[in-house]
Amino acid sequence: MSGVRPLIELCQVHKRYGEGESEVRALDGVDLRIERGEFVAIMGSSGSGKSTCMNILGCLDRPSAGDYHLADVTVTELPGDGLTMLRRHYIGFVFQGFNLLARTSALENVELPLVYRRVPRAERRERATHALSLVGLEDRLDHAPSQLSGGQQQRVAIARALVTEPEILMADEPTGNLDSARTQEVMELLRQLNRERGITIVMVTHEPDVAAYAKRNLVFRDGRILSDVVVEPSRP
Amino acid sequence: MMLATILMALREIRRNGMRSLLTMLGVVIGVAAVIALVSVGRGATAKVTEDIGKLGKNLLTVSAGTFSRGGGGGISAPPLRIDDANAIRREILGVEAVAAAAASSAQVVYGNSNQRTSVTGSDNAFFEVRGYTIDKGRLFSRAELQSGAASCVIGSTVRTNLFQAREPIGATIRVGSIACQVVGLLTSKGQAGMGQDQDDLVVMPMRAVQRRITGNDNIQTIFVAAREGEGTGVVAERLRGLLRQRRHRALGLDDDFTIRDMAEIAETVTGASTALTALLGAIAAVSLVVGGIGIMNIMLVSVTERTREIGIRLAIGAFGSEVMMQFLLEAIVLSTMGGVIGICLGLVGSYFAAGALMLPFVVAPDIVALAFVFSALVGVVFGYLPARKAAQLDPIEALRHE
Repeated sequence: MSGVRPLIELCQVHKRYGEGESEVRALDGVDLRIERGEFVAIMGSSGSGKSTCMNILGCLDRPSAGDYHLADVTVTELPGDGLTMLRRHYIGFVFQGFNLLARTSALENVELPLVYRRVPRAERRERATHALSLVGLEDRLDHAPSQLSGGQQQRVAIARALVTEPEILMADEPTGNLDSARTQEVMELLRQLNRERGITIVMVTHEPDVAAYAKRNLVFRDGRILSDVVVEPSRP
Repeated sequence: MMLATILMALREIRRNGMRSLLTMLGVVIGVAAVIALVSVGRGATAKVTEDIGKLGKNLLTVSAGTFSRGGGGGISAPPLRIDDANAIRREILGVEAVAAAAASSAQVVYGNSNQRTSVTGSDNAFFEVRGYTIDKGRLFSRAELQSGAASCVIGSTVRTNLFQAREPIGATIRVGSIACQVVGLLTSKGQAGMGQDQDDLVVMPMRAVQRRITGNDNIQTIFVAAREGEGTGVVAERLRGLLRQRRHRALGLDDDFTIRDMAEIAETVTGASTALTALLGAIAAVSLVVGGIGIMNIMLVSVTERTREIGIRLAIGAFGSEVMMQFLLEAIVLSTMGGVIGICLGLVGSYFAAGALMLPFVVAPDIVALAFVFSALVGVVFGYLPARKAAQLDPIEALRHE
């Protein structure tokens, strides 16, 4: 950790919902630095603030107070469309419920982020095919989500997150809907992406054995970081 | 990007085929109704104009007496004379032709066929002014006109009734009590407006009618054809001045004769029919608006149903404005497709309606274009609210939506 800014830096971030007596402090003064190439698992019981933190890191939500720097951009100073631009350029999402478009082929699902980036049709097709081959689904391009297993669907979702070559992959309970065999399949893939391609991964989970795939474990409680353990040092 | 969005909209519409069709139905019916009503209305207008044109182009008719509104009828007005017609021919500017007509009706008989028909006594100018042409035979000769010979030209209805397939030219028919030789047959003009059969007539030299049928030298009608380019209204005004003078109507007294201007009648009828068409079109346009509300309704449902999809799109980097454009385009594509289907149905419908009503089939390109633009506009107006609702969704909320 030299003088260069980390990829992600939260400074005294607060998030409050409601007002007066019914006020809920979802985040209560969080400081967090995440470097490029890290694989961070965020754990905690429900209501601990881990999902709120994830939403703020993913530029889906804004903090009530505090500063958020993402790759030298002060997110908290940006207008609404600026958050969208950051999502476009830096972040890929993987959700618990896969969140693929139904009745739309795997290829088209993966192409979707590129459509919004104005990537020409031919290049879109090529990059989406490449991303699907990275997750081992090069022979399932034309399958609709309903024709794929849960693990395959989540791999399509990961391909969709990767196709834009983001700096950060935000995974919200990526194995929450999967059995243990599929969980292992998806987690191995994430670990491989982090190791071989150097993609920074931030993952929310409540299962310790899933968190064990990560190099660093954060535990949230009552809107604060309870513990921050480096399981395995990241190579810069 | 625009193209990609339109393709996306088309796919979404195809995916919900039945629902899309039902959504469109309101616009389809609205547009079809507008197109059909306006087309049939225009056809009726064209038909009426054409029919009035058949009576004679730029035609003015002068008759003695007035049709008073109280129902008193033509009071004791002196009849018109041949001198009046001659004076008009001599003194009025802008007159192409003048034909005086002594009119009566009589039973006409040939062999064992007979019918009652109108008998007009005039000269060859009558045919010119009224737009009749000779199909077979000839017009009256000078000698026939001067002597008031018992010869006649018959219309095609009379020919059919009396002669069926037999040769009429040269035959002798009985008109009232006189024997009369058929010298000419008129080309059929068909029905005029108000169902009047213009081919049901017998024309004889004026003197023959006056002497042998009516028994006086009155003239019932003077037909005046205004010269092309000369306003019929102007000519009518000149006629009026001349006739008042000839009939010694003092200042302040009403006319004791009537001048009818066919062009003016045509304009009146056309105006009425155009107004009616506009009214019907407006009523149909209301159903188009109702169709638009149907689209808005379904689009609102669709936005709710696809909340999760919207959340995904926003999360992976779509701007709110892009999501808005997607839904707006979907509404516009829906309504425009409905418009196109409606235009086709409307045109087909009005084609058959025109056939059934014996009207000419008129395609109104301005209304077709208007209906198309209007249906697209319906999509914009009624798609806006649902699209804005979609664009304003919070991605986190939307992703959590079940």
